[in-house]
Amino acid sequence: MKAKHQRLTLAIIAIVAVIGAGFLALYGLRDNAALFRTPSDIAADPLPVGQAFRLGGMVADGSIEEQADGITIRFVVQDAEAEVSVLYSGITPDLFAENSGVVAEGALDAEGVFVAESILAKHDENYMPPELADVDMGREPGQ
Amino acid sequence: MHVFANPTRFLTIARPLTPWLFWCGILLAAAAIFIGLFRSPEDYLQGDLVRIMYVHVPTAWLGMAGWTGILIASVMQLVWRHPLAGIAARAIAAPGALFTALCLVTGSIWGRPAWGTWWIWDGRLTSMLVLLFLYLGFMALAAASDERASIGRIAAVFGVIGAVNLPIIHYSVTWWNSLHQPQSITLSGSTIDSAMLWPLGLSTLGFSLIFGGIVLVRMRTIIANIRIEARLRRMAQG
Repeated sequence: MKAKHQRLTLAIIAIVAVIGAGFLALYGLRDNAALFRTPSDIAADPLPVGQAFRLGGMVADGSIEEQADGITIRFVVQDAEAEVSVLYSGITPDLFAENSGVVAEGALDAEGVFVAESILAKHDENYMPPELADVDMGREPGQ
Repeated sequence: MHVFANPTRFLTIARPLTPWLFWCGILLAAAAIFIGLFRSPEDYLQGDLVRIMYVHVPTAWLGMAGWTGILIASVMQLVWRHPLAGIAARAIAAPGALFTALCLVTGSIWGRPAWGTWWIWDGRLTSMLVLLFLYLGFMALAAASDERASIGRIAAVFGVIGAVNLPIIHYSVTWWNSLHQPQSITLSGSTIDSAMLWPLGLSTLGFSLIFGGIVLVRMRTIIANIRIEARLRRMAQG
């Protein structure tokens, strides 16, 4: 009986220590584990021109415009506080749309425009039939 | 739990329970997949693509539930020396790894058309891949143990330490920005419409019963092997 309690205590101490170690490691990882930088991250801490990174945010309403060459598009990625203009030449994913999430890989140019080499669509956690989505059209995008 | 400390008593329950788990599971999962493919609505954004959810979500849940089972079994072996704990942990590892791999594969197939990529090193995908490697490591450690009935102390400790990955998988989409969308089903409710949620629940239940059936079959196999070895040893001596 005594030995069992001793093992239980040891096991509990070990589990607490392991969880503590896990949280310490995650605290250290915090920013490095983020997949992308948001427009506010870039506003707060601008990266040098030409340094590759991922930019993520929402595609601003009405911002997608096709350029004269026919394959390049320009759009604005925004979050709650800031926005960044993006230029991209190529095929976009099916779910890429205004008021929807996007993750773009590329770098800033001298004018502060993000030149994307690839674009990924990020959808949100809502799933519903099309009829219901029409009813909900009045709600704020990205909620 | 100590009622089941006697393997014979465990077998009297496990033997008739196994076909029930299998057949009910197969029936429910088949019905859920049929409803998911043909009778549930398409998504307003993803269209028919959303239907892969009815396989992807149950496999993700079982991959994580499997390691939760390994955690419980490891603690039961370390603390209470429960005779079935090691057998249960061994039995869970392979189907757990299988379902984790299925989750990664179905997620990849979903990610290509929805996101535009088969794979990305974001928090959720990476931590789920780590879970698969943890399963493989656990199976190797358990196989390296001399004991057939237990998993050995090192494997049990590994089972406990590996469980740290479970909250990381769960919160990966909250703590870090990622390409994978945040949780749809939380304690405060679901952002999946009820017309899609109930087939998803049915599918999850069905696959869980199948998983339980696989675990029971594997536990019975391990117990049978131990008994055969014991009998052969006795015959060799006598």
